[in-house]
Amino acid sequence: MMVLAVENLKTHFFTRGGVIKAVDGVSLRIARGEVLGLVGESGSGKTVTGWSILGLLDPPGRIVDGSIRLNGEELVGAPQERLRAHRGRDVAMIFQDPMMTLNPVLRIDTQMIEAITAHEKVSQRAARARAAAALAAVGIASAQDRLRAYPHQFSGGMRQRVAIAIALLHRPQLLIADEPTTALDVTIQAQILAEVQALCAESGTALIWITHDLAVVAGLADRIAVMYAGRIVEEGPVDAVFAQPLHPYTRGLIGSIPRHGQRGAPLVQIPGMPPSLAQLPPGCAFAPRCPRADEACAAMPAMADHGQGRAARCWHPHIPSEAAA
Amino acid sequence: MSIIALAGVSKRFVKPLDLAARAANLFGAGLHDVVINAVDGVSLSLDEGEVVGLVGESGCGKSTLGRIIAGLIPPSEGTVTFRGRPLAELAAGPGRDALLKIQMIFQDPMASLNPRMRVQDIVGEAPVVHGIVTRAELARYVDALLARVGLDADYKRRYPHQFSGGQRARIGIARALAVKPDFLVCDESVASLDVSIKAQVLNLFMQLRADLGLTYLFISHDLGVVEHISDRTVIMYLGRLVEIAPTDELFRAPNHPYTQALLANVPRLEARKHRFEAVKGEIPSPLDPPPGCHFHPRCPFAFDRCRNERPALKEIAPDRWSACHLNDAA
Repeated sequence: MMVLAVENLKTHFFTRGGVIKAVDGVSLRIARGEVLGLVGESGSGKTVTGWSILGLLDPPGRIVDGSIRLNGEELVGAPQERLRAHRGRDVAMIFQDPMMTLNPVLRIDTQMIEAITAHEKVSQRAARARAAAALAAVGIASAQDRLRAYPHQFSGGMRQRVAIAIALLHRPQLLIADEPTTALDVTIQAQILAEVQALCAESGTALIWITHDLAVVAGLADRIAVMYAGRIVEEGPVDAVFAQPLHPYTRGLIGSIPRHGQRGAPLVQIPGMPPSLAQLPPGCAFAPRCPRADEACAAMPAMADHGQGRAARCWHPHIPSEAAA
Repeated sequence: MSIIALAGVSKRFVKPLDLAARAANLFGAGLHDVVINAVDGVSLSLDEGEVVGLVGESGCGKSTLGRIIAGLIPPSEGTVTFRGRPLAELAAGPGRDALLKIQMIFQDPMASLNPRMRVQDIVGEAPVVHGIVTRAELARYVDALLARVGLDADYKRRYPHQFSGGQRARIGIARALAVKPDFLVCDESVASLDVSIKAQVLNLFMQLRADLGLTYLFISHDLGVVEHISDRTVIMYLGRLVEIAPTDELFRAPNHPYTQALLANVPRLEARKHRFEAVKGEIPSPLDPPPGCHFHPRCPFAFDRCRNERPALKEIAPDRWSACHLNDAA
């Protein structure tokens, strides 16, 4: 049973400078307990995909096409009250900057109890006990006392834990994490990853981890979806994609990361830079930077199935048998 | 031959008591100035042509150390010498031009490039002021510099906001190269760049080193980047150096428990679906560092001596230095 099924989602921003096609035909599926890494560089549309699923878009952005089904229920075009009922209870999101998630002038307990009572009828005392338990579960010591603190009294890593604790209060079926560890130090990032991994495994929460850091996804996710210029260009199980990337962009991304034991060797670099979303070339958006591009790439390639749960949007994918030949 | 040598360098930042606190002290409140030991007794030397990576988590003082080495802020204690002559002496006397040989590349190109200057002025201002080129030769000089860092010279009349992040990083590099430096301090110079652009800029750094024989101090929190580019790696924790070693050896067999913890926690492409093991605890506040070894509250091997006595940075093998009491016990 799919927790979330996104089909051909298109989210465009209607600005004075033209229509920005931030998300242009994204399809995603995620099952219970699964971890999906959604990877892309800045401006690839990965964050807007997350916002679209939660219905957090503000004008000039809006969903112009496609469908988002949460446990079979259509969310595109659903009334605001319905989305409100889902947000925080069935779907939760963690953002990159916890200082933006937490209200700086309210104590942690106020914010956590509010999040609980928004979806459930429970007494203040019961809500407070649950809030304390949630804080303890993300590794915050003396949770009872810390409940009375304000966000600024926590360190960056601790604030992110509080945000995660709030997101997991209702044991959501789907958690969308938008670069939650990018601003954190290595040792703190590892702590957060360990905790999210354990909590999701325990409660069967499906997790979409949005990031630009392929290395984090390599250790965390079951499946990976790579976005470029508003579209998913490759999708598949993490092991297979890293071992044998199909799309030239994925291949370039993986090659451009410094690897263990290749000190000083020049890194594979993708020439040029990501295109402006307002002026996308017709056809494959990666073609101007792609070493394999030819005339065929002037037409948009479809997401082609390559078996074993793998798919890529490319006319000239790196097929494994080809390498052997 | 060392190009830069630091001997016992410390930097303290002091926040003096405000009026209310001083008034309170009159009544016996016993308040003290707030002192942060951002850099605490650092000795280090860099050889000509070497790339040294300086790694640490936020607040460990790595940027402050970089600024001291670049001569932007004076140390509170200790001396920095450039090719055998103290920086302080060079700055005060006729040897000032020697300081041009040390340049810095900053983390955020948008904050370090003047938004109201054109690229040709950003890059061309310093070499004219310092008499490296004449005004007549300037245009060709700037074109050559831009070409060297991979920018189109046609863009030189543009302003910084008209460039992408990667291009701005290149402008910052061109500006540093404009005064013909021998030594570059790169403070998180690729941290804010996208993956594919980061690879381009790292390749540029390696190319420039090969072409110009530059020495780098490469400050970063990204161990993957440091491993790729450095000959030697220095690990810093709360103002102190905890380990210095040739990069290959450090990544193969880290000695200090903190280095071990850092390396174990780096997400790697090769590591599939592994369980992230957490180092316990937070990074302590530099306002109130733990006594003895700063790492002891988070260290799995800590014993009594670690809580009381600061471990000295000792040579544990040729070219390998580590500040840990465990090396004495063995």
